[in-house]
Amino acid sequence: MFYRETGQFKANYQDDQALFPIDQDRYVIFAVLFITFAVVPMLLNQYWLNAILLPFLIYSLAALGLNILTGYCGQLSLGTGGFMAVGAFSVYKLMVAFPELGFIPLVLISGFITAAVGTLFGLPSLRIKGFYLAVATLAAQFFLIWLFNKVGWFFNYNATGMITSPPMTLFGVIVTGPEANPVAKYYLVAGFVAVFALVAKNIARGRIGRNWMAIRDMDIAAELIGVRPLIAKLSAFAVSSFYIGMAGALYFAVWLGSAEPTEAFDINQSFLVLFMIIIGGLGSVLGSFLGAAFLVIMPITLKNILVDGFGTNSALAAHIEIIIVGILIIGFLIVEPHGLARLWRIAKEKLRLWPFPY
Amino acid sequence: MSERNLGEVILAVDNISLSFGIMKVLDNISFDIRRGEIRSIIGPNGAGKSSMLNVINGFYHPQQGSITFKGETRKQMAPHRAASHGIARTFQNIALFKGMSTLDNIMTGRNLKMKTNLFWQALHIGPARAEELENREAAEKVIDFLDIQAIRKKPVGKLPYGLQKRVELGRALAAEPDLLLLDEPMAGMNSEEKEDMCRFIIDVNSEFGTTIALIEHDMSVVMDLSDRVLVLDYGKQLADGEPDEVRANQTVIDAYLGVPHE
Amino acid sequence: MLFFIEVALSGLMAGVMYSLVALGFVLIFKASGIFNFAQGVMALFAALTLVGLMEKFGMPAWLAIIGTIAVMIALAWLIERVMLRHLVNQEPIILFMATIGLAYVLEGMGDIMWGSDVKVLDIGIPQGAWDWLWDQGIYIEKLEMFAAVTAAILVVFLAIFFQKTRIGRALRAVADDHQAALSVGISLHTIWVVVWSVSGIVALVAGIMWGSKSGVQFSLSLIALKALPVLILGGFTSVPGAIIGGMIIGVGEKLAEVYFGPMVGGAIENWFAYMLALAFLLFRPQGLFGEKIIERV
Repeated sequence: MFYRETGQFKANYQDDQALFPIDQDRYVIFAVLFITFAVVPMLLNQYWLNAILLPFLIYSLAALGLNILTGYCGQLSLGTGGFMAVGAFSVYKLMVAFPELGFIPLVLISGFITAAVGTLFGLPSLRIKGFYLAVATLAAQFFLIWLFNKVGWFFNYNATGMITSPPMTLFGVIVTGPEANPVAKYYLVAGFVAVFALVAKNIARGRIGRNWMAIRDMDIAAELIGVRPLIAKLSAFAVSSFYIGMAGALYFAVWLGSAEPTEAFDINQSFLVLFMIIIGGLGSVLGSFLGAAFLVIMPITLKNILVDGFGTNSALAAHIEIIIVGILIIGFLIVEPHGLARLWRIAKEKLRLWPFPY
Repeated sequence: MSERNLGEVILAVDNISLSFGIMKVLDNISFDIRRGEIRSIIGPNGAGKSSMLNVINGFYHPQQGSITFKGETRKQMAPHRAASHGIARTFQNIALFKGMSTLDNIMTGRNLKMKTNLFWQALHIGPARAEELENREAAEKVIDFLDIQAIRKKPVGKLPYGLQKRVELGRALAAEPDLLLLDEPMAGMNSEEKEDMCRFIIDVNSEFGTTIALIEHDMSVVMDLSDRVLVLDYGKQLADGEPDEVRANQTVIDAYLGVPHE
Repeated sequence: MLFFIEVALSGLMAGVMYSLVALGFVLIFKASGIFNFAQGVMALFAALTLVGLMEKFGMPAWLAIIGTIAVMIALAWLIERVMLRHLVNQEPIILFMATIGLAYVLEGMGDIMWGSDVKVLDIGIPQGAWDWLWDQGIYIEKLEMFAAVTAAILVVFLAIFFQKTRIGRALRAVADDHQAALSVGISLHTIWVVVWSVSGIVALVAGIMWGSKSGVQFSLSLIALKALPVLILGGFTSVPGAIIGGMIIGVGEKLAEVYFGPMVGGAIENWFAYMLALAFLLFRPQGLFGEKIIERV
């Protein structure tokens, strides 16, 4: 009964369409934002930042991107790793060539570059659907990784093929590279994610988001409403790749510091982000966050339990981890194929009545 | 039916022939629809009725013949062009967007009325927000008209069949079409639901002046509602005229209507 | 010219290997509408089990093969019980994701049970160059020829199985519509166990061929991904299509690597197959042999 909506009447459509029409939701969000921006930085330590917070935030961004394409628009993509690589290499070349532009603009530009590449690889979606499209995106994945491995221009011809992030500053504080200030890194990434989560929510509840969902649900009927599949699908690819590109840029520049294409952005990355949105919930902004949290925190927790707790050696622990991830994925799909976001919604429904049984 | 004020021809199809491979689905069909009219297309299953609607819509492209809509003649239509020129439709096997709510489905019907670009949508302020609210009002009018306020936020996949059909009609109406194509809108309904649907169709026609083309099997409905009736059988045109004429036409009786039991 | 023939033939042989894996995919897809991402890992798992039985338990090859077949059938039963049963009538992407989860589980299990080092697999398949051709200046391995013949036999057998037998017909019904098949009394569960077992055996054959050729190792599971372009070309439901698709991909890949590779720094094999598949898809969205999807409104 704490979650009751009684007494919360909306007098006009504007209020009804607000982002968080239920008061309790609004309080929760404010609490979350407060904790994110005011509390966590106080408690931050290097380990938490690097092992959990940064990857969680960055993968959330990537998951948002993939969710836009696959969850809202229904176009299955296995090219996420490749597109993250595009973002990473773009920001790298830009940082080396135009450091004076400032880090944030460079990340945004990398996003746009990735959006362009994504749109290009999205063209086949006009003829090809479903699994077949997944194969087309695989072509993108493998081709892009090969490209970044082979063509020296991308990694400035250095001998190992790796790229390393030069230090960039933001308001006088170093945010990239090994000497970066952890708190600054956190605020930067958290800020990005907060802003673009809002943007994603806005787009999703408007005309463009509805058109994407129409294409996903029944593209033939969508055409009848006047939705042009070409524009809808390509816009989904573009926006999605924009997000994924930025995630890749941040992944490389802020989190890893240096990266090698076949390791950091291979097909496993694509699967990882796809798992995040499946487990988190397709077509849900909240789901993107939940899925990212789950798949970042779970392996770490597992490793801690197995290696530190039971003393298993790390090779064995790695194998067990793989098995458990597999089992969890299957388990999730059986129990709640619509992901954690749906579980959350069901929980909220129950909360409306709690503590009464009905 | 009393004399109705019907306008000029809004849609005319001329010698339309459509084949899938060697199967001839439509054979030289010609008819027209006048503005403000309620036109029925009847015939046994497989006669080509839905295919005819699909041709008007632009899903199927006829091998032969032409379509003239609002004065423009074309060899074939494209779905989005049909939509932007004011044709809306419902389907035999409900084509709603199952992943969205009733309200969202109806809002998709307003798609062509909304224009703000991605940038404003992303910020959801100013023009994007105003447009969204404006169209929300229009959608709510449709919801009001069809009396489906209670299921506004429900995902349509969970609705019973009869309500789904109503929502689909709502989506078509939301587009404020000039020509509304209804493919068996009363299929699978009980008599109460059928009455409601009938009432809606009549209201749409009289209140909004929408021209309606209707495929239906229930003869009493057809005879009551229609201004003119087109009869198809195996892709061929059997008869075309006012309900009483068609009812008395021997070929139609033989092929489809049959005679009442003595 | 001779070199070209050698490359082409070598590509054909490689293609046959791909086809063997693709066959497993087709079977499962045909009968359950599931795209089994774990097929490659199943081949690896089967090969690992085979080697394990031979080495750890000292079984002779023929006994080990029977043992492995038993294991694969047990595995199929387990998969049906624990996973498939609970996912009846879910959307394809959910099923696909579940098989990825399955792949992870099998991979981890295989590593733990039999160790993750590279293993040598020798069950007596003739090795070395095919002498008759070698005398003509063309180098083709006997092993690859053996694989091609095996594949051909498998295809014929499977084709007959699907078209002529009662179970085959039931399989096709299930592939079309789970619920409809249930309503006519076809036991989904039995069918699925049968299919996954057969697929497991096909995986074993593929595992044996690949394993004999390059040793049993993790990269075997990556073949699963390569099989995708094969399926694109051949269609997801066509047994002969899997063979022809495999051969086209095999030949195309080899030719591209040998003739174009040097121009761009090599390793084209990583992505060529996919690009080829993509190009095909643009012209024929349902693949060479796939069924044309007619959407009725």
